[in-house]
Amino acid sequence: MIPPVAGSLARFQDAFARALLAPEAEPASSVSALAAQPAFAVYRNTVMKGCIDALQANYPAVARLVGEEWFRAAAAIYVRESLPADPTLLRYGAAFPDFLARFEPAAELPYLPGVARLDRLWTEAHAAPDETALDPAALAALAPDALAGVIVRPHAAARWVWFEEAPIYTIWSRNRPDSTPDADIDWRPEGALLARPRDTVEWRALDAAGCAFLDACAAGGTLGRAAQAALEMRADADITQLMSTLLASGAFGQLTFINRQSAEDQI
Amino acid sequence: MTTVPSAGLGLKPQHFDAALACPAAGLWFEVHPENYLVAGGPRLAWLEAIRARHPVSLHGVALSLAADAEPDPGHLGRLGELVNRIEPVLVSEHLAWSTWRGAYHPDLLPFPRTGEALLRITDNISRTQDALRRRISIENPSHYLKIESHAWGEIDYLAELARRTGCSLLLDVNNVYVSARNLGYSTEEYIDAFPGALVAEVHLAGHSRDPNLGESLLIDSHDAPVSPEVWALYERLIRRIGPRPTLIERDDKLPDFATLFAERQRAEALMRVPLAEAA
Repeated sequence: MIPPVAGSLARFQDAFARALLAPEAEPASSVSALAAQPAFAVYRNTVMKGCIDALQANYPAVARLVGEEWFRAAAAIYVRESLPADPTLLRYGAAFPDFLARFEPAAELPYLPGVARLDRLWTEAHAAPDETALDPAALAALAPDALAGVIVRPHAAARWVWFEEAPIYTIWSRNRPDSTPDADIDWRPEGALLARPRDTVEWRALDAAGCAFLDACAAGGTLGRAAQAALEMRADADITQLMSTLLASGAFGQLTFINRQSAEDQI
Repeated sequence: MTTVPSAGLGLKPQHFDAALACPAAGLWFEVHPENYLVAGGPRLAWLEAIRARHPVSLHGVALSLAADAEPDPGHLGRLGELVNRIEPVLVSEHLAWSTWRGAYHPDLLPFPRTGEALLRITDNISRTQDALRRRISIENPSHYLKIESHAWGEIDYLAELARRTGCSLLLDVNNVYVSARNLGYSTEEYIDAFPGALVAEVHLAGHSRDPNLGESLLIDSHDAPVSPEVWALYERLIRRIGPRPTLIERDDKLPDFATLFAERQRAEALMRVPLAEAA
């Protein structure tokens, strides 16, 4: 066994890593002579560019909304705060939506953190485990009273979110790659559902009742409990229509039956 | 990449359909495993579809073998899962570091080639080979900085790592050219001194001039065709050591598949010359 970091290699790497992000070389470290060579900029540039490129790839709707120059300047500040913890750069930038929420130059774009959150949910849905989406026929075969006692887990790739403040979903979906921004946006609260019913991520708007329904399913509640949660959110929610939309979107994964007594206890 | 060494291509998502359909005999593909360390979804499905038609090599950039720390167990575990899933013909990594104290720096960073580092890297290669249950290949990186505190030359260092761990070597001819030009040594001497018996794979790529420093600093940018100088060094190498699985690497300013395939065919043709002469 080799003892943990103590020797000159560790000291070299501490100083080199600091110099990579420092605006100028620090005095009298074991790498100060290296950092003074013009070629040191190659490493500085490559590390910074690699991180910023990854953020731009992971947050395409944000980048499109603010423009490349603004995005890369903001991303450079984020990189200095928070280098990747994982070499799979697809996962880099989990804290970027929160960063944008407290990033002063973004204050006049209050919808930006929400758009970033949807970009992030897209990435999560994209890389989630494979799972067969629940076949609607599996539910159609059940008697209505049995249906209420069934537990259906959301699909491994399903992500949903409700935005009370702004039409984030519309702004986001019109700024994804290959989409065209339209002129008018109806300024109202909105929710979104992202799922991977087939090969790739698909998305659609989802109302507050739908989000409450999926929240209840994710918490392990029965369909009866989820329907109740949806109706508490919107008294006029059409549960049959909602179920059919969620099934068609691939929002559900595994189905489990529980006995009637515990179903009634839950309700 | 089985009995007769052949030439392969670095594979990017833009070329997926063309790659899948390409019927060339012996064609294999190489990818960076870091882009595929996900639980599921279209990326993995894509790689598995390629793997069903062609051999695949995994060329890692992030194990950080030269850091004074063990490879990140989470990353190594995910790499192991991908290796089990894809069954690559070859797994390779670099003589460099990138992850340090939990932060990943997306580059191949240099270090002084000392005895202390040799112990650590030996240990890290062995841990990796144990975890993946296979031999890996270690690549010579590109160099930009003059480091005074090297106690070993790079070739001796790589050969000693191979002796201690049983790993093989990946010789990147473009890295040799870039490094020799940047640090001022002979490309031919380096190529001639490299231990041929240890070479499991050869990389060929393009480079560019530094935008500020010009000719005095070459960058291993993988954004251009293989240069005439690198082709000449490659020919010199395989005439001495015989054909080896050879990869055309291209990561930026991607041309169409046919253009890259033509470079692959050139490597393929050069490899057949020594075979014909020997026959």
